[in-house]
Amino acid sequence: MSQSPQSPQAPKPLDKRMSAADVVAQLRDGMTIGIGGWATRRKPMALVREILKSDLKDLTVVSYGGPDVGMLCAAGKVKKLVFAFVSLDHYPLEPHFRAARQAGAIEVLEVDEGLFHWGLRAAAMDLPFLPTRIGIGTDLLTQKGFEFKMVKSPYADGEELVAMPAIRLDVALIHAQQSDEKGNLLVTSPDPLFDELFARAAPVCYASVDRIVTTAELDIEKNARFALVERARITGMVHAPYGAHPTSSAPEYHLDLKHLKTYVDSAASPGAWAEYRKSFVDVPAQDYLANVGGADVIDALPRPVY
Amino acid sequence: MTDYSLAELVIVACAQAWKDDGEVMATGIGPLPRLGTALAKVQYNPALQVTDGECYYGDEPVPPGRRAGPVVFEGYANYDSVFSALWGGRRHAMVGPVQFDRYGQANISVIGDHQKPKSAMLGARGFPGNSITHPNSFFFPNHNTRALIAGEVDFVCMAGYNPARYLNGKPPKGLDLRLIVTNLCVMDFGGPDHQIRVVSLHPGVTFEEVQENTGFPLARIAEEIPTTPAPTAEQLALIARFDPNNVRATVFKDNPPGVRS
Repeated sequence: MSQSPQSPQAPKPLDKRMSAADVVAQLRDGMTIGIGGWATRRKPMALVREILKSDLKDLTVVSYGGPDVGMLCAAGKVKKLVFAFVSLDHYPLEPHFRAARQAGAIEVLEVDEGLFHWGLRAAAMDLPFLPTRIGIGTDLLTQKGFEFKMVKSPYADGEELVAMPAIRLDVALIHAQQSDEKGNLLVTSPDPLFDELFARAAPVCYASVDRIVTTAELDIEKNARFALVERARITGMVHAPYGAHPTSSAPEYHLDLKHLKTYVDSAASPGAWAEYRKSFVDVPAQDYLANVGGADVIDALPRPVY
Repeated sequence: MTDYSLAELVIVACAQAWKDDGEVMATGIGPLPRLGTALAKVQYNPALQVTDGECYYGDEPVPPGRRAGPVVFEGYANYDSVFSALWGGRRHAMVGPVQFDRYGQANISVIGDHQKPKSAMLGARGFPGNSITHPNSFFFPNHNTRALIAGEVDFVCMAGYNPARYLNGKPPKGLDLRLIVTNLCVMDFGGPDHQIRVVSLHPGVTFEEVQENTGFPLARIAEEIPTTPAPTAEQLALIARFDPNNVRATVFKDNPPGVRS
């Protein structure tokens, strides 16, 4: 094949920065959206709040669930939830998730934490399923709404195993502490969780990031262990300082237990939820930060004990 | 005679679970099982690996609640590693289900119908995988027929010794249910066909009281059921050392004594 003619100008340098509104404009009704993090750890909350502000509906949400799932349920965005738990850790039961479940308002596929990992792994490897013993003897396999299949080992052992289907995402949303303009992400938290698998299980992945730095400032030789995934898997980054709040983006800032209490209380009545939305959802990002007490307050949050 | 609380009696009873486990990860969910892992590690089995509940293994057991000073960690227990470790079988967890039945099947997901539950709780978490990859024990702060129920649990999160759910007539590979510690007694699965049996009664508790508060028939280890051993002075000192915040006093209402008055 012949080379394309030389462009008179040098190609534009790679710059994947975008706004939260740009990200949400790429989403469609009925999509399957994977949300990274774990319960109250490193949830891309700025992006979740942006979804709450939109007209999106009928989403299938895939999450190690925390307030991300609760808020999306409270806003009526969820058609179906794929989950192993939804919890606020220090408040073990997520009140908005509970309300949605108890009203029968959402379909669910309930899996084990490890099966969830396995389903993302299968999608990341473009496999239809991965075999496992997890689920045997439990009601995960008998729940309504999905028919798990078994697969027999083709080797001498002939063992019957559960075929955990790939959890294929249309889009993944994650949160990282740092990125350059090209999408080289650093997740410096004590635990990177399964965000790499979320990024690999989706053709499109958007990250909210606390800071955008130069490539040199990533200091990759020193920080290579914190690099999440090769940047070809990152479609766009949203500069969202404190974008994981009220969940943690340790070591940069910790879980906001006080705000979490405010959030829990917002499930008391439709009026309480409307009040919460008015102060903490239906506001521009800078107002959100002011309404939760400001950067200094978040910076001073103590490290929680688990 | 030494004074001790019911919580301290229970911690010592929980600690027995990991006594002979060798070098495995010990996980105790809730303050008393967690302090049980601490006591097991310092008194019986120093090879045990215990975590801070977040993502590190502690060189020494990490106290529940606020920490007085820095903690020395010895290893990395991020979720990915923990999944790999538990799938390899070198872990023994003690967990606190909401519902539990005669087969050892446990539920923390829903009460009522799965699609429209009367009460939605956590979700199955890691229970299904835990139950078939490594040993599991249990703790119930309130031994009653709402927790230890008649019939089957509403949503089986942990596999148990229930032949109706066996694949090809065999219990799931890796299923190994061990100890059940409650506010009334200690039990195991040592009865006929894994029937749950009472192995010791806490001071002042009768077998009849335990049976009355259990939704299924219990076996007994002997006609004369032993009394759950009281904590020694050394054990009480160790418990105090690993629970400087006295979290153990908050588990049972009014923090009752170990010997009923």
